[in-house]
Order: sequence, then C-alpha cells, then structure tokens
Amino acid sequence: MSLLEIKGLSKFFGGLHAVQNLEYTVESGKVHSIIGPNGAGKTTLFNIVTGVYPPSSGKAIFEAQDITGLPIHRLASLGLSRSFQNLQVFYNMTVMENVMVGRHRHCQKGFLQSLLHTPSITRSDEEARHQAAELLAWVGLEAYATAHANSLPYGALKRMEIARAMASEPKLLLLDEPAAGLNNKETQEIDELIRQISNRGVTVILVEHDMRLVMGVSDHILVMDHGQKLAEGSAEEIRENPNVIAAYLGSGA
Amino acid sequence: MKKPTVVSRYAGVFVLATVIAVLPLLLPNSFYFDVAINGGIAAIVCVGLNLLIGYAGQISLGHAGFFALGAYSSAILTDNYGWPPIASLSTGLFVVGLLAFVIARPILRLKGHYLAMATLGMGIIISIVLNQEVNLTGGPDGMPVSAFSVFGWEVNSELAWYWIVGGSLIVIVLLALNLIDSAVGRALRAVHGSEVAAQVAGIDSTRYKILIFVVSAVMAAYAGSLFAHYTGFLTPSEGGFFRSIEFVTMVVLGGMASVFGSVIGAAILTALPQFLTVFHDYEHVMFGLVMMLTMIFMPKGLLPSLRNWISKNSL
Repeated sequence: MSLLEIKGLSKFFGGLHAVQNLEYTVESGKVHSIIGPNGAGKTTLFNIVTGVYPPSSGKAIFEAQDITGLPIHRLASLGLSRSFQNLQVFYNMTVMENVMVGRHRHCQKGFLQSLLHTPSITRSDEEARHQAAELLAWVGLEAYATAHANSLPYGALKRMEIARAMASEPKLLLLDEPAAGLNNKETQEIDELIRQISNRGVTVILVEHDMRLVMGVSDHILVMDHGQKLAEGSAEEIRENPNVIAAYLGSGA
Repeated sequence: MKKPTVVSRYAGVFVLATVIAVLPLLLPNSFYFDVAINGGIAAIVCVGLNLLIGYAGQISLGHAGFFALGAYSSAILTDNYGWPPIASLSTGLFVVGLLAFVIARPILRLKGHYLAMATLGMGIIISIVLNQEVNLTGGPDGMPVSAFSVFGWEVNSELAWYWIVGGSLIVIVLLALNLIDSAVGRALRAVHGSEVAAQVAGIDSTRYKILIFVVSAVMAAYAGSLFAHYTGFLTPSEGGFFRSIEFVTMVVLGGMASVFGSVIGAAILTALPQFLTVFHDYEHVMFGLVMMLTMIFMPKGLLPSLRNWISKNSL
C-alpha cells in the first residue's frame, strides 16, 4: 500500500531546476532511502513533502490526502515528522522538554487550564513526560533528561532529534542525513535506531550520504541526479545499475 | 523527575509572597510604600513582557503603549463616563486585548530588527494619539483619575494599594509559572528555540506568538489601570518610548526567561532612581547604562547569572 505519492513534482529556484517532474511512491512499513550527489534535489524534495516550501508544480499525496502546500504545523497531526540535516534543537530547553515538545499534538493545550494548571494539564504533562522518558531511554539519553540541550554533544543531539520526531507518533518519518558528522560507532547506533523505528511500524524515508548505512537498512532506494529520478529499486539493483555507477564514479568519458 | 520543577515553582512563589508580606513591617514611611507599589506595578508589566521576550523570543519596544491604554481606559471610563472602576478596568483589558490581537497578526510576521521597529512605531502611535485626543485625555496636560473603589469600598490608603498590587503580582507570577510549565509554555519556548522544528512538532507558531502578545499586552493594561487609580493623575508620557525602554531594561537586567528575574529587575530599576535623585536629570542615561552593562557583563541577566554562579560553586 502506498503511504506517500509524489506526482509530477517540480521545484524551480529562479533558473535552477532543483526537482524536475518527479514521480515517486513510498510503500507503507518500509525503509526508503533517497541518495544522489550533492545538489541532486534530495533535501528540496524533503522540504516540499514536509511543507517547508510549496512546489512549483505537482502534488504530494499522503494517505490519499493532498498535502501539497499545507502549512508545516498541520502535517504532524496527519502523521508526518522529520529530523533536520543541520540540527534544529530547542537550545533554550532541557533534553526532556525538547522531546516533550515532540508530543505537542497529544497534549492538553487549553489556555485557561494551562494558566491554572488544572488536574487535566497535570495528567497530560505527566503522560508526555512518561512517553518522553521512554523515548530518551530508547535513544540512550536517559542520563541527560534534565540537562540543558546546549550541554549535549553533537551525536547525542542527533539522537535527541530522532526521539523528538518519534514522540509525535508519526506514520512517516523523514530523516535528513541522520549520520552526517557522526563517527562509525555513532552511525552504527543510528543504523540500529532506524531498524527499530521500522519494526515499530513507522515508514522511514532516509536521505543519507553514508552508503554503508543506506545499503544496509533500505528496502527501497531512489537515486536522484540533477533533480530527476536516475534509478530506483532494491539495494542490489541500485548497486548494479550502470546509470548509478556512471553518476557516482563518472561515466569514464 | 516532576517533583523538582513543581517544588521550585511553588517555593519561588512562597518566597515572593513572604517578602511581600514582611516588607510593610520594614518600610519606614509612605515614600517607601510608594516605591514598592510602583515597583510592583512595573513587575506585573515585566512578567508579562518577559513571557513575550524571554520565553517566546519576540521583542516589543512598545509595551508602554498598552500600559497607557489600560491606564487611560480606566481613567476615561471612570471619570468622563462615570463607570464603576472595576467595569472600566475589565473593559480596558478587553479593548487592549482586542487591539493587541488585531495588531499582532501583521506585526508578528516580522522578525528581529523589523519586529523591534514595528512595535516601536506602534508605541509611538499610541503615545501620539494620547497627546492629541485632548477632549478625551486632556492631552499633554494630563488628566486626573478618581480613586479605585470596589462595591462602595474606596481604596485610598497606601497600605491598601500595597496589598492590591502585591496580591496581583503574586497571582500573576503564579499564572505565568503555570503557563510556562505546560504544553502551551513549551510551545512558546520551542518557537523561540527553533521555529521550524516547533512547526514540525505540530505547533502553529503564528497562533502562539499572537496569544502571548495579547496576554502580555493585557497584563500591561492591567498594571496600567492600577497605576492610573493609584497615582490619581495621568500624562501621555506613561505610554512614551522611554517608558517602553524602561520595561525592557528591567526584563533584561532581571534575566530573560526568568519570571522572578523580572520581579527583581523591576524592583531594582524602580527603586534606584528614587534613591539616586541627585542623578535625576540623567535617569535615561542610567537606564541605558544598565542595559549596556548587563549586555556586556551578564547577558543572561541578574537571576540566571546568580543561579549559574551558585550551581557552579556548589559542585
């Protein structure tokens, strides 16, 4: 069953064709990866799907609903979440609170109730805290729960972002270069987290440059080049695709 | 994990309430009461302003405008139209809330310097209107305001005002702390931390910015209304640019994103000019200096810096 369908999607920045007439289907429950050289349009595609900017033309259909051009904050309640290539951390909050923000859509948000801190707010907060604590334990950050986010090392913040994204209980999680800047051991941990996310029934789209990670975890790979689809298929198919080899290693003139 | 935040939240309020309860025993004469009451009124504005600046990360250089609108609403409705003060106060809060709501949407789309300029302009416009509408406000000459009364009980003693302002401050601090430690408060802080990440979490950042802008404006208007009845005389300078800057300086000195810091900042900067009357002509210079020195030597403000210092030295 397809969870996300990209239909005829294009994005132009002035004269630059960042994404051109892209067709792409994401199957529910699988780990999808998008790879390609720098500037291939991977992050642009991510940003369009997650509402950061609208496409020049084309559509994104999520669970049979057209989400093209919806404001970002509406997507969480539909079941879409993401992490960021360059960290987007709430540095003015604790690690625990960062993850609790991820649960925003499940929390009681009545203004008057919040002012008075009614029992319903206390209960909802308690539940959010409990869920956030579980997620922090899952990514191995339980010891840092009360620490300020700005005191954490880079690798830990990467995992905190994944915990925060998972806190909204998404159906589709988009991870934008989760292993960028990480060492081998940390990349191994991300690999393991992605497998566990998939085991929890969450569909994953991964943009990543670390080929070992991509080839290891992906059920399906989309290769982009110059904003267009170059190839798609399983890891084996991609590895042997002559177009992909040419794009990555040069066509040998 | 929950205990510490709740305990420290109510412990702080308890300390504040104790200070407010004990202070009258230490104040020798009505001059000191006057300083304390004015400090309390400024603190109410600053707690609200800090929700906007320190927590939600949006600047306002025009909040004295809302303060003055609250003050003049009370004055005009009570004195020109003979309304009961409590009805004038409530109407004033409603009108200011509505006005803030209407202004908020276009203004809060701006960021950084642009937002600062827009709020500055807003404050100046309010101040010009108060100066020009001579029939309503008395213009630059100001207007007298009758005493506050609730159901026939007239508030005219300094001590009664002290308790009204002190009680209001405690309640507002409590409400602010409750708000900060809720999903709404976390959403506000998240918008400050990373707007796009907040939106990804499902937070409608525009809605929350508008909400806190309105809340802080209403708090300023409430303080303004108390001020009008307490002092008994209003001039448009209460809504002027320098007044706005004073409020922001108090917030910055006390500490961004620190409710109790705002109370301390307001207390210090209300008291200081009163006890340094020699420098009266240089009052604005002093505020500027305080702002600069705070930015250079303790950008986090008094209370957060103190807290850091204590936790560092206790390890």
